[in-house]
This record gives sequence, structure tokens and C-alpha cells, in this order.
Amino acid sequence: MYILRTDNITMKFGGLVAVSNFNLEIKQNEIVGLIGPNGAGKTTAFNMITGQYTPTQGSIYFKNEDITNYRPYEVTRLGIARTFQNIKLFKQMTVLENVLVGNHLRLMSPLLLSVLRTPRYRREEKHMIEKSMNLLKDLGLDDVIHEKAYSLPYGKQRRLEIARALATNPNILLLDEPAAGMNPQESIELMHFIHDIRDRFDLTIFLIEHTMQVVMGVCERIYVLDHGITIAEGNPEHIQNNPKVIEAYLGVN
Amino acid sequence: MESERKKRKLLTLAALLISGGLLLLFTFIFDSYQLRIVNLCGIYITLGLSLNLIYGFTGLFSLGHAGFMAVGAYTTALLTMPPQLKEMNFFLEPIVPWLANTEWSFLPALLMGGTLAAVVGFLIGAPVLKLKDDYLAIATLGFAEIIRIVFTNTQNITNGPLGLKGLPPYTTIWWSWGIAFVSILFMVYLFKGSYGRAFIAIREDEVAAETMGINLFRHKILSFTIGSFMAGVGGGLLAHLMGTIDPLMFRFMLTFNILLVVVLGGMGSISGSVIAAIVITVLMEYLRFLDGPMNFGLFKTNGIPGMRMVIFSIMLMFVILFFQRGLMGNRELSWDFLFRKKKTLNDAVEGD
Repeated sequence: MYILRTDNITMKFGGLVAVSNFNLEIKQNEIVGLIGPNGAGKTTAFNMITGQYTPTQGSIYFKNEDITNYRPYEVTRLGIARTFQNIKLFKQMTVLENVLVGNHLRLMSPLLLSVLRTPRYRREEKHMIEKSMNLLKDLGLDDVIHEKAYSLPYGKQRRLEIARALATNPNILLLDEPAAGMNPQESIELMHFIHDIRDRFDLTIFLIEHTMQVVMGVCERIYVLDHGITIAEGNPEHIQNNPKVIEAYLGVN
Repeated sequence: MESERKKRKLLTLAALLISGGLLLLFTFIFDSYQLRIVNLCGIYITLGLSLNLIYGFTGLFSLGHAGFMAVGAYTTALLTMPPQLKEMNFFLEPIVPWLANTEWSFLPALLMGGTLAAVVGFLIGAPVLKLKDDYLAIATLGFAEIIRIVFTNTQNITNGPLGLKGLPPYTTIWWSWGIAFVSILFMVYLFKGSYGRAFIAIREDEVAAETMGINLFRHKILSFTIGSFMAGVGGGLLAHLMGTIDPLMFRFMLTFNILLVVVLGGMGSISGSVIAAIVITVLMEYLRFLDGPMNFGLFKTNGIPGMRMVIFSIMLMFVILFFQRGLMGNRELSWDFLFRKKKTLNDAVEGD
């Protein structure tokens, strides 16, 4: 029983095949990595899963539901959340507001009731704020709740993006290069952090990463893409010794 | 904490009472010309807020506002005009029979004007809100022109280029400012809530907002339709203040004036729009003396028409140079300056 499964998904942009016949199988509570040289099609694979792109061929299944043609917001509602390679926060909003936006999709009251602030809406809003506060406390962002998102240091912005994704109550979290721009010390902290949120929020995690230390340290299984083609798949030791992977990363003479 | 909230409420109530008192005072001491300006201020607040909701808060660069105002203005006017007045107006071609004998009172007519403007907004928004930025601006601008041209040519409904004259002067200070206050309250509470945050999130980053589970189309069209409704009501008020409307009134210049309120006041600031609406309306009138003859001591001018627009534009340039994000940016006026201290967890949970 796989929580997320793709069946030969292919993405073509005109004549360019960005990803071809990608088969992914992720079990509940796994931490799976996706690596590959620049331009290998990793983010494209992410974009297909989260609905930003519709695959040219193939299908995507989440808990056995076919989500191939779903829009991004529908995918998120089902329980797939993601972060972005280049951080995409709501910059002018405060840290708390950023996380509150992540709660909006579960809001039941219609717009007019929110303006009239009926008791039902107030209850929902109160619940939302308490939940967000707890989340921010869990992720160590409670000292900056009323700061504007753009004013946060880089590391905290990354963490806020994860907090915002967690606010949507996901089952699976897709992280696009979470360690980008971090120093070795921060990367080690990030590894612990990823393990930690997996256990605490009962998550499955699928991540793209370039920092080998993080990938090998945290992932239980790894997929390797090169020019859109899956060249290897397996546990970290297996991947490290795979000649094709070494060739893709270091080249051959 | 509790006492502070109570104090804030009292202060807000006091501010409301003072502005109400001022308006009452104005009705006694001002002549009809000055009262008209006060009325215009109120209407421009509603109009400024409606465009700010669409453009400043949700980030949809729409230039179709004059079109929605035209729909609201014509609907309200046609519904309130007494039958004999309609007969006098429609001398070229008689009015369609189903409109000839309607005579509604002002409030239902205004609401109907707003509703029809909202329907038109929805119908225009549904296909074009996929577009972004400049492209959306051009598309909405085009639709506004289409509305105007349609109104020019439907002789037996809108009386075409002749326009409607002698509309009953229903718009009083209480109407224009009452609706302005309702609009302000609506906006304040909207942006205190979750939907307001979702609108701002769409402005900040569409891709991220959709990834947060926000249905982009639904929220954009909501914002656009509500904005059109407010524009329609504003148009209805304007019609019954002016007493005369014709299609030429709803050209791009009208949209531009409202855009000026939004940009000058600050995109995404409710108080900014309110301040800018008042300042711009008052200045536009009181700079009129610049159009007349002036005596500089050394030389005299005998009146240069349009001089006030030159001065007004120079002032605008200064504002844009020194306040690049408008007078208020995206901040709001609040009583915070009286209770300056760190917000705590409690504050956020209870709200204020």
C-alpha cells in the first residue's frame, strides 16, 4: 500500500522531455529523497505531483485516488503540501498571518459570516489561531510571530515555509531543496528537524536536495534523475556505490 | 487587556460620533456647493475602497471601474425616475415599456444598481481573471469601453448619448457618508478575517497561495464581484448627486481618478483610501482659483484654464517621490499609538 505513487509520468515542453517515465512509490512515514544534477527534472517532477503541471503522459495516485488532473489547491486539500526552491512566503504578512493562510482551506464559514463575525466564525477563527500558535511554538518561531515575513533571517524563512505547509494538515510533505543556502551546521540541524517533524506530525516526506550530507543522512530511499530519466533507486549505500550515479555526478574520462 | 479593548471601542465610538457631528454641522454652515464637495468625498471613499479591494488588496489590476459605475448609475437612475420624467427624457425614442412605469425608492434602487454591477463584474471577471497584471488591465479597460458604447447605443433603455437629466437629488450627506461608513466597516472586518488574509496572500504570491489550498478563481472572482457591487452603489450615488448622467461621464478618466485615490492613499490601506479620497476631492475643487486670473505683482495672467491640473500633477509627483508606496503604504491608522506596547499571545487570540 503506497501513499503516493506515480505511473510512468512524463513531462514534455515542446520537444524537450523534462521527465520521462518516472515511477515513484512512497510508503506511509517514509523519508524519500530525489537527487540529480542541475536540470535533471527534479522540480518538474514535484510540480507534476502538486498539480502545477499536468503530466503529458502517465498518472499520479495519492492514497489510490487518481490526482493526475487536479489543480494545485485540490491536491493540497487532499493532504499534499510543499515548499519551494526559492522561498515563496507572503512577504508583507506577519509570521502568524502566513501560517493562518495555511488554515484557510479548512474554513467552513462563507465570506459574509466572516465579515459579520458570527459566533460560528469566531469559533473557527479562534481554533485557527490557537492551532497556528502551537505550530509556531513547535517549530521554534514563537519569538517572531508578529514580525513581517520578509524581515526574518534566511533560516527562519525556510522554517516558516515548512510551518505554513504543515498548517494545511498534510499527510505528505514535499520539500524542494530545504538545505539550500545553509552552512554545514545548519544542515545537520535541518536533518534532525526533518526527522523530528516526521515523527511529531506523522508525515511522509519526499525531498529534493543537493547537499549529499543531508540526503544520505536523512533519506531512507533515494531516486536519482538525470536528464529526466531515472538512473537509480535504492537505499543510500546502494546509491553511493552505483556507477551510473557516480558517472552522472562526476562524469567519466 | 480587557480595559484596553474597552478603551479602543470607546475611542472608535467617539471618533464616529465626532465625524457624525461634523457632518451635521456641515449641513448647517455649508452652502450647496460646499455640501456637494462633502458628498463627493463620501462617494469617492466608497469608490476608492472598492478599487482598493480589487487592486490594492487582491492584486488584480483592473481598469474597468467606470464601466461598473455606469451600470450602477444607470440602473439606479432608471429605477428611481418618475414616469413623467422618463417621458420627458426619452423624446427621441420612447423608453421600453417594462421600464416606463417603474418608480422605486432610493435604497432598493441603489442595491439593485450594485447587484447588476456585480453580475456584470462576475460575467466579465469569469473569463478575464486568468490574465495577470497589464493584460488584465487592458482586458478590463476594453470591457468598460464596451459597456459605455452599449449604453450609448441602446437608445430606448439608456436614452443613448442624450443621457438622463433631472434625476431626483436623493443623494444627501447621510446617504453618501452612511454608505461610506458601511464600506469602511465592511473592509475593516473583511481584512480582519480569514478571507481578507486569503485575498492578500493572492496578491503577495499567487503560486504559493494556490499551494496553500486557496481556490484562486473563486477568491479572485469574489473580490472582483464585491468590488463591482460597491462601484455600482457608488455610481448610483454619484448619479443622484450630479442629477445628470450620460455615457461620456464614464470614460477612462473616471477610473483614473479612483485609481489615483488608491495609489496615492496606499495600495492595501483602508485608511489611506479614506484620506486620499477626501484630500483629492477637496483639492480638485479648491485649486480651481489657479484657473482664474492671477496677479503676481510683476506680471498678471488672465486665467489659464487647466492650470490647477498642472499644479495638481506637480503635487502628485512630489507625493510619489517622497512616499513611493502612497501616503499610508499598507499600514492602517489605529489607536496603537496610544497603547504602544508589545503584542502578546493573548492579543492575537482574542483579537481587538
